Amino acid sequence: MDNNQKGLEQIEGSLGVAKAVALARPGVVCAYPISPQTHIVENVGKFVKGGALKNCEFLNVESEFSAMSVAIGSSAGGARTYTATASQGLLYMVEGIYNASGLGLPIVMTVASRAIGAPINIWNDHSDSLSQRDSGWLQLFCESNQDAVDTHIMAFKIAETVGLPVMVCMDGFVLTHAFERLQLPSQEQVDAFLPEYQPREFLDPKEPISMGAMVDPDAFTEVRFLQQRKMVKALDVIEKVTKEYREITGSKSGGLLDCYNCDGADLKLIILGSTVGTAKDAIDELQAQGNKVGIISLKSFRPFPYEALRAAIGDTKNVVVVERAFSFGARGIIAPEVERACKGMGTHISTALCGLGGRAIYGTTIKDVVAYAQAGKFQEEFTWFDINSAVLNRYLKDSEGITLPDGPLAESQLCESVRKVLA
Amino acid sequence: MMTKPFATTLDPATSLANHTGSWRTLRPVNVFKIPPCNKQCPAGENIQQWLYYAAEGDYERAWRILTENNPFPACMGRVCYHTCETKCNRGFLDESVGINSVERFLGDYALDHKLSFQKPTRETGKKVLVIGAGPAGLSAAYHLRRFGHTVHIVEQGEEPGGMMRYGIPVYRLPRSILDAEIDRIKDMGVTIECGRKVDDIIAEKQNGKYDAVVLGVGAGLSANVNIPQGDANHILTALDVLKEIETKGDIQIARRVAVYGGGNTAVDVARSLRRIGAEPIIVYRRNRDKMPASEEEMDDAIKEGIQVKWLSTIAGATKDSLKIEKMKLDETGYPQPTGEFEELPADAVILAAGQNCDLEPVKKIEGIKFEKDSVNVDSSSLMTDVPGIFAAGDMIKGDRTVTAAIGMGKHAARGVNAYLKGAKYERAAKHDEAKFEDMHPWYYSDAPKTVRPMLELARRTSTFDEVQHGLTEENAVFEAQRCLSCGNCMECDNCYGVCPDSAINKLGPGKGYEFNYDYCKGCGVCAQECPCGHIKMVPEKI
Amino acid sequence: MLEEIKFYQTGSNTVGNRLLNPSMRTIQASGDRPNTLISGHRACQGCGEALGARYAIDAAMRATGGQLIVCNATGCLEVFSTPYPESAWRLPWIHSLFGNTAAVGSGIAAAAKVRAQRHGDQTVPRVIAQGGDGGTTDIGFGPLSGMFERNDDVLYICYDNQAYMNTGVQRSSATPPSARTATTMPIGAEPGADWGKGKNVPLIAMAHGIPYVATASVADLRDLERKVEKAMSFHGARYIQVLVPCPLGWGVKSQLTVTCARLACETGFYPIFEAEYGRVTGVRKIRQQQPVLNFLKVQRRFAHLTGKKADPKVLARVQAMCDENIKSFGLLGDDDPQPAPTAVQALERAERI
Repeated sequence: MDNNQKGLEQIEGSLGVAKAVALARPGVVCAYPISPQTHIVENVGKFVKGGALKNCEFLNVESEFSAMSVAIGSSAGGARTYTATASQGLLYMVEGIYNASGLGLPIVMTVASRAIGAPINIWNDHSDSLSQRDSGWLQLFCESNQDAVDTHIMAFKIAETVGLPVMVCMDGFVLTHAFERLQLPSQEQVDAFLPEYQPREFLDPKEPISMGAMVDPDAFTEVRFLQQRKMVKALDVIEKVTKEYREITGSKSGGLLDCYNCDGADLKLIILGSTVGTAKDAIDELQAQGNKVGIISLKSFRPFPYEALRAAIGDTKNVVVVERAFSFGARGIIAPEVERACKGMGTHISTALCGLGGRAIYGTTIKDVVAYAQAGKFQEEFTWFDINSAVLNRYLKDSEGITLPDGPLAESQLCESVRKVLA
Repeated sequence: MMTKPFATTLDPATSLANHTGSWRTLRPVNVFKIPPCNKQCPAGENIQQWLYYAAEGDYERAWRILTENNPFPACMGRVCYHTCETKCNRGFLDESVGINSVERFLGDYALDHKLSFQKPTRETGKKVLVIGAGPAGLSAAYHLRRFGHTVHIVEQGEEPGGMMRYGIPVYRLPRSILDAEIDRIKDMGVTIECGRKVDDIIAEKQNGKYDAVVLGVGAGLSANVNIPQGDANHILTALDVLKEIETKGDIQIARRVAVYGGGNTAVDVARSLRRIGAEPIIVYRRNRDKMPASEEEMDDAIKEGIQVKWLSTIAGATKDSLKIEKMKLDETGYPQPTGEFEELPADAVILAAGQNCDLEPVKKIEGIKFEKDSVNVDSSSLMTDVPGIFAAGDMIKGDRTVTAAIGMGKHAARGVNAYLKGAKYERAAKHDEAKFEDMHPWYYSDAPKTVRPMLELARRTSTFDEVQHGLTEENAVFEAQRCLSCGNCMECDNCYGVCPDSAINKLGPGKGYEFNYDYCKGCGVCAQECPCGHIKMVPEKI
Repeated sequence: MLEEIKFYQTGSNTVGNRLLNPSMRTIQASGDRPNTLISGHRACQGCGEALGARYAIDAAMRATGGQLIVCNATGCLEVFSTPYPESAWRLPWIHSLFGNTAAVGSGIAAAAKVRAQRHGDQTVPRVIAQGGDGGTTDIGFGPLSGMFERNDDVLYICYDNQAYMNTGVQRSSATPPSARTATTMPIGAEPGADWGKGKNVPLIAMAHGIPYVATASVADLRDLERKVEKAMSFHGARYIQVLVPCPLGWGVKSQLTVTCARLACETGFYPIFEAEYGRVTGVRKIRQQQPVLNFLKVQRRFAHLTGKKADPKVLARVQAMCDENIKSFGLLGDDDPQPAPTAVQALERAERI
């Protein structure tokens, strides 16, 4: 077997991530079960209990709040720390999430992205991870299980270099439960890439420090400024670490963003996560028909790579952001960031909202988005692209005496339907 | 070195930069109150302090502190009426500390270990004459010698000791003890000349070129009581009886003896007579409550079978009986005759109705003044109206106890010392008394007073063996450790421990503590929790 | 060992004792005690929590030879000890959140164990998690129970001052009945905190079957130090709840902090006991029993029970609560504690008090 064949396995994404985590030799892993994160931590637990992952403590805690808290403790205690969660669990640990970043603890956490209830829903969208946009964590999105495997290993190095925690966001079920051929790096490669953890500060009787002080208005702004500096520094670190990792392993994963078929494209789709894979296939088909559409896979949502994105968009005037979450009472979450990146470039940027709560985004969905965009139908910033008016109308007709047309619904149509009833 | 983030991670103990002492409106300060035992002690012993060291087992240091005020701990541990114990604050908790028995233990310890007083480091060259080698004279001589003066005592009796030898029965004070403690004073260089009465004090002073004189003439004369008597009833004085028993070990006396009086001497005589086979009965004109004798001594006397006829005076005596008049107490507590009489069979009467001093030679000193039967002295220095002549003991106003005499001897010595330097001795003002209310009794554990081993009652009525035995070392330490250390630090570490701000510094054994006002917020927990009442909160000057 | 102390001046009641064998002296009496919580902190005058924390952590420092890490819940202790730029701690210390301290402790303990394994260290630093009663019995209760059931190697110390003091004296589940707090005002038909509410966390801790559970107070330093040292002799989850009067919140004069704690113990209001593996093994006997009125009357939070308008029935009910504690925990004389001591809240709810 040559080097490329070595470590190639047909396995579930969760197992791949678990193996990647184990290769990073964490000291403490803690978790509370929540779908669709379960298979990841089950596997890590198995490695610890079975002895494959040595010198590692695996804690079955009683809640996500405690999972994050144990992670805070173990990271502050000087151990490389990993946990994983999703959806409600992520929200249940929110207080700890902010605390971990404020303390600068380099925890790595998988978010097996899943919708937030109510209504309770166990399937994938990005409302959980994007809800933590302002938490001070780095948020790295994975477009494939191979990307997830590699990004997890890189995440430890990025976190420890920057001094901030990293969320590795991979789509629940779509990735976590998918079986794919995965190339796992060897332990030697990982060890060469990621040496034994050397905490920059930790709780050590030899050098006592007080962590987590109360900071008053005198210095709070300055603390935040320094946190923001770390985020900015992280942009650079992510690129350097990716480069280093790729050199050692030959991987193509990671980075701030990844461009596919972008050269000379007059339409570019900006996509996070597993939809990128679906979109690539769809775009390949369009390409075969002579229709050139580019895809920008946004890997790093936080820090947001404004400059890299601006460069990636370049002269292209038509950009659609495919979003799997939105902000209630506002519009898309990612598109406004893209607007900022493209300020003054005359780029038309709109959001195609789809794939909520596990509604599948098929190749046809992507092709429809492309067709819609190329037809100039994204006149508005925000469009409910993948919505079933038949389902809506069954309810609205009875309750409010109105119906909505078939097909994508622009924000203005939603507004008009409200006004109609009020009138 | 760790790379610490800004503000959220802090270096250890950096709070020391924050001087919380500025919050304070009240400040803790140490107060030094005089313990009631010390205040009460006629000899002015620093009892709390010597108990402190006794409790630690440092007996020599305890003894040295004790003997700074009193050179007779072995004697005093036996004959002192220890009124200190009646004032002891521990009495409010359980029972008073057995101060006297610890004193005796220390005194005996010093004798057993042949501890001697330190000789003065410097001779002043001044000569002081002391007249009388009783407790006052010996105490004065001891303290004068400590000051470095040359001291010579002239004593009328055959041996030194005064009333300690001729007034106190052997069963209370073995003479070997007395001799040893007097010898220790002699070892300092004090000379004692016995068997000579000084009739002309001024001439003695001039001839001997003495710079000062301390008069320590004891009350060696029994007061006379006029009892109309028939021809044959045997009437003796208490001092004569005690002296004869002391010198001859026995006395020829009838079986049924009435001892007339209610003081300690009456009890001493009665108990002594009991030991040589007589059947003494004490006749006293008032009741038990009004009796001046030590309660403890009286208890022992009654236990030994001595009877008492209360509220009675002897109106007349015949050969073998006494005419007793019954008395009653008026509202002021004085006995008044009732006109009722009874007969009491008795072959002899011993008068124990008080003693007087032989002041004839003193009266010859020109310029000396008297108040009633006492020599007039300055209340601080105890100097008489004649410069350079001082007086102490029974001959001046005050309690006529050995302990009081020792205390007076000390003050007279200090008076002489000041006089010899051309100054006047003023006694330092005493601190406020440490009251039980000032203390925090919670902290003291419960422990009853050790009962001194007693001789069997049967045995002690037939011999002059010492009645009370001393404490074992274990018991003495136990007893010393019962001291509450009223008003004075005992280094219990409470203030140091209970300060929420760690604002009290511990200075090490014997050195106590200091308040760290940089950080003390003035909460007052230290003052509240000090067992001894040694800390108080005073308003901060703002 | 304490029983052997025969020192009748103060016995074992004072902080120190110059007459004791040095090995039997308290840590607090030592001239070079660790002073893990050093001067300059910003606790109120007479703060029981500051005192209790130094007592407990110093004792643990001695027990562990200085190999100790502390994590602290949000609350007075955290705020007054570590406001930027000054920390009053002299050992590795971390504050994370209000309700997660037990879990943070678990994490630190896991990290300490792993670090020692990886670096070949013989000694593994030990961990104490600490917080007030709010952070322990209320918001931090889930993580606390989780830490207990996993038997993580953490000693959790709750400094119980019976209300949320840091936020302005609001009721917690450790607030005793009838007590005035900002959320249980002494108004209406039943002034103060409701009867039949609250929980006995030490007994709940025992129900986890953890190696060691104890209550203590700042009024008995030796007992507290001994319990902390004993707790450190066990591995696994341990719980000590220390009564720490709050002068501000209780309305007690600042100098009465220790005295007030003593009264709580001597009246049976706050039973002091210890338990190993779920069974009571020791009780601190009442030395000089007092009526609960003596405890209540020094505190303004109970002023409505002791003033002129007080309802004697309520006072009698508080006394009955104390009597029940005395009976249940065997606080007097030679009585043994009942095999399963009862939380007084149960008796309140059953209207047996």
